[in-house]
Amino acid sequence: MRITDMTAVSLAAAIREGKTTAVEATQAMLDRIEEEDKQLNCYVTVNKEGALRQAARVQEKIEKGELSGPLAGVPMAVKDNLCTEGILTTCASRILHNFVPTYTAEAVLRLQEAGAVILGKTNMDEFAMGSTTETSAYGVTRNPHNTDYVPGGSSGGSAAAVAAGECFCALGSDTGGSIRQPASYCGVVGMKPTYGTVSRYGLIAYGSSLDQIGPLTKDVRDCAAVLEAIASHDDKDSTSLDRQDTDFTKALVEDVRGMRIGIPNDYLGAGLDEEVKDAILQAARVLEAQGAVVERFDLSLVEYAIPAYYTIAAAEASSNLERYDGIKYGYRTKEYAGLHHMYKKSRSEGFGEEVKRRIMLGSFVLSSGYYDAYYLKALRVKALIKQAFDKAFMRYDMILGPVAPTTAPKLGESLADPIKMYLGDIYTIAVNLAGLPAISVPCGQDSKGLPIGMQLIGDCFQEKKLLQAAYTYEVQ
Amino acid sequence: MANKISDETIEYVGILAKLELSDQEKEQARRDMGRMLDYIDKLGELDTTDVEPMSHVFPVQNVFREDEVTNGEMREQLLANAPQEKDGMFMVPRTF
Repeated sequence: MRITDMTAVSLAAAIREGKTTAVEATQAMLDRIEEEDKQLNCYVTVNKEGALRQAARVQEKIEKGELSGPLAGVPMAVKDNLCTEGILTTCASRILHNFVPTYTAEAVLRLQEAGAVILGKTNMDEFAMGSTTETSAYGVTRNPHNTDYVPGGSSGGSAAAVAAGECFCALGSDTGGSIRQPASYCGVVGMKPTYGTVSRYGLIAYGSSLDQIGPLTKDVRDCAAVLEAIASHDDKDSTSLDRQDTDFTKALVEDVRGMRIGIPNDYLGAGLDEEVKDAILQAARVLEAQGAVVERFDLSLVEYAIPAYYTIAAAEASSNLERYDGIKYGYRTKEYAGLHHMYKKSRSEGFGEEVKRRIMLGSFVLSSGYYDAYYLKALRVKALIKQAFDKAFMRYDMILGPVAPTTAPKLGESLADPIKMYLGDIYTIAVNLAGLPAISVPCGQDSKGLPIGMQLIGDCFQEKKLLQAAYTYEVQ
Repeated sequence: MANKISDETIEYVGILAKLELSDQEKEQARRDMGRMLDYIDKLGELDTTDVEPMSHVFPVQNVFREDEVTNGEMREQLLANAPQEKDGMFMVPRTF
């Protein structure tokens, strides 16, 4: 087996056993990136010298017995909206084209403490606003399964890098499906944890009440290992939860006997591609054959999640992105007449179209006269959506469905019609509104050879159930 | 289109958003926002009387801590990111 084909956990084991080294694995990945990334463009920044230095340090610690975990020596990639000290962090935006953070995001720090090596920063939709990685100011990323197609988004660079073997695993962030959907399009595993499980400290904010960091990996075992490493209570994020049950690798048990799985009828209706539907139902039958109890049910309110989400996310974005004013960091326009003109011109030149669209919408729904009708209304609908999930989880251990209505679209097909693009988020978005954990697991390919993903959604704090079911499915 | 966005509204939102839009961008923004609001109006189909707006899914309370500096002296690194600096300070355009 080539080193680049190994999973993260198996690589770490090989390093522990002395069969290879962290430096060798890092060099292999850098060579692979050199070879593949001109075409795929998964990375905005490759941290070549830094990664090799880090790998040498980690290797020394492994040999001294100071590091022995399941990620020790594993080279990985980090989405470019996570701050990394001394490494350019652009959020795929022109406005942060030269931003070098002075600190590292808590989740990345946790991985480094576990012995992971940071290869570089992956491409994404600008400020994580998009579903295709086409809104990046640094060019599109291509799907490794077919380069005429998008990798999904917004964590498209991370998903494509894992699928192409340009890293062993990666971090992404998920505000409305931005980990699960690209994982599905690229045929890798992606997980969005319960809101508050992973510290958001150092994650460049988009929709703060919805954003959550999570893993993109080659298999479910790697997913559990990465999640276990990054889940932590952090005083620096006031929404961070103090969970005691973060030993996620304990859930890698092949057993779904008696698990109650609900498939929402509303997730199989109009708009869902037939090939995707067949693959999902086939995956459900696999779990059923292993002893799970699978039923159909009506979740309700599914079509209200997208309008509620875009109202809330745009509102939070318009507030979070106020900080980009051309003073403390980032892009400043060349010519201006006074302070306010400098703000407006820097922002207008620095932000891309989709980002400006959402800032405008967000500013509108928060403005006096519209705040109640739009913003508060959306927060009320959010409460109803949460209730619908609460009701479902009284009957089921988890919900099974598609990640997205179709497989990856072709490059250039999505951006012309924003609402059509937003509709692609229909199965992922409600999960963020309700703060739930969900995992995307590969479950086949369509006739074009593009990957299909199955989504398992759990009640808050039920990541272990999801990992157990996903693991059981994967080993079948 | 049910939602007709007036010129004044686009101007006003542009001020709130601190964005300077060309005439063409304003026209585009007016169309996009109108379409999005038409779509968002779907929420009006739901009766939400007596439903409390939910900002957080968990009952999160304010987290308090002492206001102590825990990171070291980073003035130089922080200023290195500034478009313009002078004498250890951020430089801004003359404002009055």
